[in-house]
Amino acid sequence: MTKSQALRILIADDSDSDRLILKTLMRRLGHQVRAAANGSEAVAIFPDYEPDIVLLDVLMPVMDGITAARKIKALAGEELVPVIFLTSLTDADALARCLDAGGDDFLTKPYNKVVIQAKLGAFSRMRQMHQTLSQQRDLIGERNRQLLEEQQLAKRVFDNIAHTGCLDADNLQYHASPMSIFNGDILFACPTPAGGMQVLIGDFTGHGLPAAIGALPVAEIFYSMTSMGFSGSDVLREINDKLCRILPTGMFCCAAMIQADFHLNQLRVWNGGLPDGVLFRQDGGRDLLLSRHLPLGVVKASRFDAGMDVFHTRAGDTLLMMTDGVLEAENAAAERYGETRLRQALDNAPDHKAPIGTLLESIRSFTGEQSGRDDLTMVSLNMVVASEFREVAERLPQSALKGPAAWHCVYEVKDDTIAGSSPLPLLLHICMEVPGLRRKSAEVYTLLSELYTNALEHGVLGLSSDLKSSADGFSDYYVRREQRLDRVEGHFIRFELTHSTSPQGGRLVIVCEDSGQGFDHDRVLAPGATGALASHADNQQGKYSGRGLQLIQKLGHSLRYSEYGSRAEIVYDWESATG
Amino acid sequence: MPIHTHLSDDGHCVTIRIEGRFDFSTHQAFRNAYEHEDGGVKEYIVDLSETTYLDSSALGMLLLLRDYAGGDAASIELRNCNKDVRRILTISNFEQLFSIQ
Repeated sequence: MTKSQALRILIADDSDSDRLILKTLMRRLGHQVRAAANGSEAVAIFPDYEPDIVLLDVLMPVMDGITAARKIKALAGEELVPVIFLTSLTDADALARCLDAGGDDFLTKPYNKVVIQAKLGAFSRMRQMHQTLSQQRDLIGERNRQLLEEQQLAKRVFDNIAHTGCLDADNLQYHASPMSIFNGDILFACPTPAGGMQVLIGDFTGHGLPAAIGALPVAEIFYSMTSMGFSGSDVLREINDKLCRILPTGMFCCAAMIQADFHLNQLRVWNGGLPDGVLFRQDGGRDLLLSRHLPLGVVKASRFDAGMDVFHTRAGDTLLMMTDGVLEAENAAAERYGETRLRQALDNAPDHKAPIGTLLESIRSFTGEQSGRDDLTMVSLNMVVASEFREVAERLPQSALKGPAAWHCVYEVKDDTIAGSSPLPLLLHICMEVPGLRRKSAEVYTLLSELYTNALEHGVLGLSSDLKSSADGFSDYYVRREQRLDRVEGHFIRFELTHSTSPQGGRLVIVCEDSGQGFDHDRVLAPGATGALASHADNQQGKYSGRGLQLIQKLGHSLRYSEYGSRAEIVYDWESATG
Repeated sequence: MPIHTHLSDDGHCVTIRIEGRFDFSTHQAFRNAYEHEDGGVKEYIVDLSETTYLDSSALGMLLLLRDYAGGDAASIELRNCNKDVRRILTISNFEQLFSIQ
């Protein structure tokens, strides 16, 4: 045993001679000593003296050792102050009683120097170990408190970046537990300029900070590109590219992109690594949205497939997507919630327009966990009638800069550029520089995109919208569209935009020309409708095409086709918001 | 040790067998299993017959192995998956990156 360090020792013994012997012995061993004649004195000395070890005679007047031991232990609180009883008792029962009373050990009289030294050394080590543990526990406690505080703060920053979108829209429901953010779950929603919305839900591999960090660039890309009018596929390509560059191999993001278009009644879905999504049809039918792609951040751009599945929908259809935290939720017996229970819960759901509440209830009754402690993220989106989806874009803050108001520009895309990228975000961007026009971004985008779609699909690709008259034809149409897009040659689509100001606001003239053969625009528009508002009465539900042109007519003040339909001109007069 | 490594007699093929849960806790052991082999290895077989469960960090480890073994040129076979393991590989579309038997 190494030489013991000096300890502060408190002794209580009513026998003057015994007290003196012990005191002398302790001093010789190099320790500091205070002595008391009974338990009460010892208890009084204890708080100020702060001894390392207390030695108590069992039988003393005024207050006996056992009572004093209880009081001293109470005063010491969390601190470990070993109490050793001094006794001439030798029967086992009496000695056991001393330890029951809170004593840590006993020394029997007459004292043996070697035994005393060994016991003091042992208790001193025990006390140090206890102190170290207490300090470390306090340190961990403090660090944990700091960490939670930082997480709260980080969560606020994260929320400001990630939840600037339209998660609060009436047609969205979601559940994202606070825990899940720091487990790398993401959920973003953003209105598109065309009056639809895009939703991204995902789950990074790993846990904690590394997983949460990846979410920030994803949020940034998702929100800026979506609000500029880029399609879900474009946004996915950009995010995948970014994640490939910044994430180490082995880290990636399972995700699903949902692109909802309420004018076209159409959902586009891309699922890379998330559990099957479910599309609840108004008529009780159900489609599964399977994972067909590798997660984001796994393969480079050249191998990445951003193709989205297209679903024709009706108002009232509801889509549900979730992260795998749902399937992997465990109960006390380490069983997982799993697909079977999920399917049963959805089968029994009373309201398919609000599946999340039902699902949460089912998962919580399975795991027995309290709310808020789970690691679940899910979202459901109701398809709504376009006019009921209030244009969230109108809430966009106006730019403080004064932009150009009177200008003219021509932009032409040719050949494989037509297949490779959409000119819409750029054109929209130019228009949105006009002061005051930003509030109309949804309408302007719709005009541009309908003209572009017509020029591309009916003009350049020569697809007939008759194909879209049945649900089968509808998907066939998009298959052919993809095929023909791959072989575009010798074609162009040209936009000519002119903006001028008026006392009330401005006038935007959009001319869109293409190199195609033209199409039978008169048949698609109501008879004699050119230049006037068309009647919408004949646009019955269930008809899959012809909406685009009527939409244009409704928004633009005049629409005129010439060159057999390969040249379209729109004059759009807009008024700036008053007040 | 829940991970067993076997090198074929000709030294060309490493078989890595994972017992029980294949998750983050096996990270180091799994890396050791393929990094400690010498340069002669041309083919990797990951035997999942004894694997009860596989999480997303295991998918990440498989991607690390794939990178180590030459990326797109890697020859890696995932064998004997049970239903749960197969489901996870399928959801993540890993058959596009690995040969799954």
